[in-house]
Amino acid sequence: MTPFPQPLNGRAAPLLVDNVDTDTIIPSREMKSTGRTGLADGLFAPWRYLNAGERIENPQFVLNKPDHRNASILLGGANFGCGSSREHAVWALAEWGIACIIAESFAPIFRGNCVRNGILPVALDRAALDSLAGAELSVDLAAQQVRRPDAVYNFTIDPEAKQMLAEGLDAIDLTLGHESDIAAWTTADRAARPWVYLEHTE
Amino acid sequence: MPQTLFDKIWAAHHVADTAAGAALIAIDRVFLHERTGAAALGRMSEMGRVLHDPARVFAVMDHIVDTRTGRGDGTLMPGGEDFITETRAACRKAGITLFDVNDRDQGIVHVISPELGVVLPGVTLVAPDSHTCTQGAFGALAWGIGSSEAEHAMATGTLRLTKPKTMRVTFDGKLAPGVTPKDMALHLIATHGAGGGAGHAVEFAGEAVTALDMEGRMTLCNMATEFAAMSGFVAPDQKTFAYLKGRRFAPAAFDEPYWTSLVTDEGVLFDKEIIIEADEIAPMVTWGKSPEEAIPVTEVVPQGAAKVHRYTGLAAGIPLAGTQIDVAFIGSCTNSRISDLRRAAAIVEGRRIAPSIKTAMVVPGSMAVKRQAEAEGLDRIFIDAGFEWRMSGCSLCFYAGGEGFPDGSRTISSTNRNFEGRQGPGIRTHIASPETVAASALAGAIADPRDYAQTGEAV
Repeated sequence: MTPFPQPLNGRAAPLLVDNVDTDTIIPSREMKSTGRTGLADGLFAPWRYLNAGERIENPQFVLNKPDHRNASILLGGANFGCGSSREHAVWALAEWGIACIIAESFAPIFRGNCVRNGILPVALDRAALDSLAGAELSVDLAAQQVRRPDAVYNFTIDPEAKQMLAEGLDAIDLTLGHESDIAAWTTADRAARPWVYLEHTE
Repeated sequence: MPQTLFDKIWAAHHVADTAAGAALIAIDRVFLHERTGAAALGRMSEMGRVLHDPARVFAVMDHIVDTRTGRGDGTLMPGGEDFITETRAACRKAGITLFDVNDRDQGIVHVISPELGVVLPGVTLVAPDSHTCTQGAFGALAWGIGSSEAEHAMATGTLRLTKPKTMRVTFDGKLAPGVTPKDMALHLIATHGAGGGAGHAVEFAGEAVTALDMEGRMTLCNMATEFAAMSGFVAPDQKTFAYLKGRRFAPAAFDEPYWTSLVTDEGVLFDKEIIIEADEIAPMVTWGKSPEEAIPVTEVVPQGAAKVHRYTGLAAGIPLAGTQIDVAFIGSCTNSRISDLRRAAAIVEGRRIAPSIKTAMVVPGSMAVKRQAEAEGLDRIFIDAGFEWRMSGCSLCFYAGGEGFPDGSRTISSTNRNFEGRQGPGIRTHIASPETVAASALAGAIADPRDYAQTGEAV
């Protein structure tokens, strides 16, 4: 994973709708292969296309507007990314070019998927979001700030997610560094809860 | 110091702290399905990762399998066969126990995991599927994750987590006749919002929860993800132990004092408490395109966002009951277990669905549920009433691009999501209990299940 740009600059594409679900971000029928790629074309298919089958664009949809066709920053409402755990939603957003989502709040699985794929999830209140719509922004992860020319918004992010994104770390590699802790825990747990440990029954 | 059940499970699984102050939490069980599992296993293999303990990883084909009799690897979804064959090959290579398309134990992941005793009280269980919280009904900490997190859990036996806050949702008193766990969940979400549980692990408690059987508890916990909670769970009790005892991957007995220690201690403080009077809950039906847009079946459609009314084609102020429907669907990890089918069958027995219904379908949650239902003659009741009777799978809870409902259909569905397009482009979904779906299929319109009870008393 590449480190998050320091800072990320771009114009904020507003999709200020509550409860945007992952079925809308990438419908099941757009998940055509078992891999993680080739998904950008199906991103927001129900809203982005007037006719998804023939890929006829809906000119009213935010990401089809000339100002936002290359957006890297997306604004959302409350409970953004709710619904299915499909990481394909985040893979599609990342492949399309989104690197940061600023929303009122996030669904928990979606937020985790963002962090694992280099997308920064930022939570700000609705008034701030309204003022950011369409503005040229600078997102500074190190300083935990979203800046526009005439205003600065501070955001909170848990230190673990911040480190993962800022340094572009691979979580599995990092955790494998705890191998001895995991082995010690497992030995103790095997004695305490033997029923958890299974032999193959096939 | 008194502890919540959540804190006890968390502490028992705490392996280490990470450098940035998150916790490394041990994961006892991972369950995959073909829709997201193949991606996770494929990536692990690509990265040269080895499974930490394959004996504690399981997989099932449920999401896009054909539900017609005589099925094989072929799917109605174009290209779906690749998901099945790749998952099978990857499971074989990794040494993962797989419940394949025609395995007698095949079924929806959250239906078969309890049937097989894979989930146990006090364990941590994750799956790349948002409805994994269903399994919290057994007093496990069970939650949905993405594919990358599934890789992490399989490769390391742990996840790196920031501790959520705790919430208790107490349902005091008794449910009224004809009101079900599905209605409890929809009532909660309608009252407190689809984001109401964000940042919290939610314990369901109270007289009306304790009174539920294990299948009812699963339905309630299933919807915790629609509440944006990390998970939902119920403390295990004698019903839990009796259900699990002797199942294939479960202990033969639950006699050790450990098991009864899996409760929230008296006097503990939760970060948030919600108390609901159970007898105030009515049969609920959604009118909009989020599970929070749900109302008692007896009420009129409220004023919502213009876009929602436009999509659903329902104006504010009209009674929801009586709205004509085209499709009735009983299935999904929310409501496809034997008790769900029994209650729905009790309503349709000896009756016919309305002639205006284009599709009526029952998809049992597992092959074990299907066999049990057939042994009880429930299949005949549904078929005689005009329902199709299928093999188990997730089926039309979502539209994957193959089999779908007729264009523009209005469906009443025992599933969990009424999202725009979830069951197909333009499909308008009303989610409700299996009883309400059954009654509505008979009426040809959204109906109050209490008006269709057959035993003299409401179901």
